[in-house]
Amino acid sequence: MHPVAREALLASLEDGWADPDRLYASGRRARRLLEAAQAATAEVLGVRPDELSFWPSGTAALHAGVLGGLAGRSSKGRTLVHSAIEHSAVLHAAAHHGDAVEVGVDLLGRLDLDAWATRVKAPGVALAALISASHEVGTVQPVAAAAELCAEAGVPLLVDGAQTVGRAPVPRGWGLLTASARKWGGPAGVGLLVVRKGVRWRSPYPGDDLYRPRPQGAADVPAIVAAAASLRAAADEAATEAVRLSALVDRIRETVTRTVPDVEVVGDPVERLPHLVTFSCLYVDGEALLHALDREGFAVSSGSSCTASTLRPSHVLEAMGVLSHGNVRVSLHRGTTSDDVDRFLAVLPRLVERIRAEAGM
Amino acid sequence: MIEIDCRGQRCPLPVIALARRMAEAEVGDVVRVLADDPAAANDIPAWCRLKGQEFAGSPDASVFDVRKIT
Repeated sequence: MHPVAREALLASLEDGWADPDRLYASGRRARRLLEAAQAATAEVLGVRPDELSFWPSGTAALHAGVLGGLAGRSSKGRTLVHSAIEHSAVLHAAAHHGDAVEVGVDLLGRLDLDAWATRVKAPGVALAALISASHEVGTVQPVAAAAELCAEAGVPLLVDGAQTVGRAPVPRGWGLLTASARKWGGPAGVGLLVVRKGVRWRSPYPGDDLYRPRPQGAADVPAIVAAAASLRAAADEAATEAVRLSALVDRIRETVTRTVPDVEVVGDPVERLPHLVTFSCLYVDGEALLHALDREGFAVSSGSSCTASTLRPSHVLEAMGVLSHGNVRVSLHRGTTSDDVDRFLAVLPRLVERIRAEAGM
Repeated sequence: MIEIDCRGQRCPLPVIALARRMAEAEVGDVVRVLADDPAAANDIPAWCRLKGQEFAGSPDASVFDVRKIT
């Protein structure tokens, strides 16, 4: 957690505990904190405070954005167009809705814009959804071009900005935007949904205000205050951090290719997130590698099927057609040092070699 | 055609078996892999791309043909 988030959370626990919808004094204090957090967040995002709502998680914000965006346009059409590399929250919302069309990506994980153009211009499209950058392989998506094609077709675009908000400006042209506070070092349990003026949204849930997004139940004001404070801090540090982390990612990309035989570093080497790098090692069990790295003190993720509850490989790696076994995703953060990266790079080759030897390779 | 039965095996085992068998095969040979792990349909073509071999198609679910070209 970002130290600013921790400070803000502790400072607002007392005054932010009350229900901000109540009219007594403590409720009004909580309401003032909530409104200040809303205004501060909206300012960082460059949107109006009344366009922004807080949700219990990034996943909840995505479900509300996708299903509410579709419901708001139900008189125009039913179809959701989305990329094949969306967060699973979008895929689950799409499956729940039932009428969805997927647009593929190339080997680097970049959206097929020609197919996107054809799909969003087809009749009956209610909403399009695109992730700002792949959360699994880091490839930045052509959001501005995709948004322009949506505008030509008169279809609102939802951008899942979880990987970008707090790190870099999100390109304009979207109608709905979602993000997750944890991704910028904020507390768990705060998601954002922005619905621009002029974009119709209708609640897909039971509730008394159908046209203005707001989650059910009382807001977690201290967590929202911490999210707002840390978003500003992260955005202020973003440019410097991007340069530092991007150089570390370059070092990992270059060294892994050189020191580990039969490895495929995946995702776009240039048009990528500054802090994320993913590679797959041939003949290696991803789960075994993840645990071996964990024992060395490295917390990494994997898109390999053996590490998933579903025992299916990552849908992102599948959509790209890159190797899914032996997959490791390294996500760097503000606490990651150059020494940490060097130590990771020093232990990785022998761990991979040992796992391969155990498999007889 | 050379056939290897990897049904019931989890990835990367089918790909390891394929790599071993391909090392012994002659150029032009086709190795047929029977594999029902959900990752095989993705990882066998990806292996071919990385190793410069030809993925000769999947005539049926859980059946993957690879032709040795180098």
